[in-house]
Amino acid sequence: MAGIVGYGAHIPRHRIKVEEIAKVWGADAPSYKKGLMLREKSVPPPDMDTITLSVEAARRALIRAQNVDPKDIGAVYIGSESHPYAVKPSGTTVAEAIGATPDIHCADFEFACKAGSEAMFVALSHVDAGHMKYALGIAADTSQGAPSDALEFSAAAGAAAFIMGKENLIAECLDQFSYMNDVPDFWRREHEFYPQHAGRFTGEEAYFATTRGASNALLKKSGLKPSDFKYAIFHQPNGKFPQRVSRELGFTQEQIDPGWLAPRLGNTYSGASPIGLSATLDVSEPGDLIFMCSYGSGAGSDAFIWKVTDRINEVRDLTVRTHKLIDENLIYVDYGTYAKYRHKIKKNN
Amino acid sequence: MAQFSSRIWREFPQRYRLEASKFKKSGKTYYPPRDIDPTNGDTENEIVRLPDTGKVVTYTVIRVAPSQWGDQSPYALAVVEPTDGTRVMVQMTDCDVEEVKIGMEVRLEFRRIQTEAHSGVLSYGHKAVPKWF
Repeated sequence: MAGIVGYGAHIPRHRIKVEEIAKVWGADAPSYKKGLMLREKSVPPPDMDTITLSVEAARRALIRAQNVDPKDIGAVYIGSESHPYAVKPSGTTVAEAIGATPDIHCADFEFACKAGSEAMFVALSHVDAGHMKYALGIAADTSQGAPSDALEFSAAAGAAAFIMGKENLIAECLDQFSYMNDVPDFWRREHEFYPQHAGRFTGEEAYFATTRGASNALLKKSGLKPSDFKYAIFHQPNGKFPQRVSRELGFTQEQIDPGWLAPRLGNTYSGASPIGLSATLDVSEPGDLIFMCSYGSGAGSDAFIWKVTDRINEVRDLTVRTHKLIDENLIYVDYGTYAKYRHKIKKNN
Repeated sequence: MAQFSSRIWREFPQRYRLEASKFKKSGKTYYPPRDIDPTNGDTENEIVRLPDTGKVVTYTVIRVAPSQWGDQSPYALAVVEPTDGTRVMVQMTDCDVEEVKIGMEVRLEFRRIQTEAHSGVLSYGHKAVPKWF
């Protein structure tokens, strides 16, 4: 089957700590940190959005893809719930910036937090079907959480990009399974600025049931068991959910560690499990099997099995590693700066 | 308003992909690209893409900014020399103005440059960030 020939991530340097948000709203920081298993989250500065994050991640994917001519990329698909325009595609700007226009197909995907894996799935499918030589699937978000809402502690920003192809793979997709059902757990109506969620209903009946549904089905379909995998990545709306679901499915903490980013990155929405995959590929070795399962409210999961090839040793350090972007050279902002950056302050035009 | 859309559109190659013109006779590269080499009138050139890393040659600090950049002041505007020796003028971002130094290493990153009022088009291009990897 087709697979990944190049991957890359981009994450803002800015962070805000749970304590900084909690003190503004009179919330108890230790209980939020424990409850969400989250210390801080990334904050996009005002000159960064889904398009700019996507361009930088895509450029890194092109570096790791080595000899891929952008003109040979047949599609750019971007999954996000924070496309900068309501009407005007993100994909054309990204395709233009990487030099892949005009012989290309672009589409912007939306499916709450699952839009990114969806873009990856469609890119992979086109390549696998022989419609095009390469296709680029990007997962990017600069998510908003309503002030004082639990989501404000987690809604973060980041992107990961994957160039799919059939030759010179870094990781082959061995198998895939998707699982969808209508669950009204999280939504944003048109013209609303902040999303809303159904509180505790977002857990068992939504995230856990859907993630288990896709994961168990893919394990059964592939005939593999959790212990066959070196690593596993799950959608991470907080630190706790992926940890619990991975345990329930039979994966260990060691397996999820490299891609378990929410505790220090927050929930990058569409970017969450794809950035986790990027971080995991960075530390993987040839032959490793990687299990990945996204989740998007509404609700659905895309699950993938990736098998890492020898090429990983050649490409992983051609550009910056994902963990370096998460852990180094951070700029901490206070709530006022964060509120300004995220356009939470009313101003006259 | 429509002026803004068409103007930035004409400049997408240089703004989005850092395309510059390299002239055959003098070997000089110009950004933004020119049709004629001002040193010798040569018109034979090829489009090249500038390297995305370089150094700050000089800079100035903007404290009273045009309205669309007002929220970002103070900020530095820098003349950056990418590793091929071309020069570009860009806004510095992800750093306080006190951190900007002549000779500092920077990376050119894709960013939102300005927005046309509250509901107009978004304009993208490159800004310089401190190079740390």
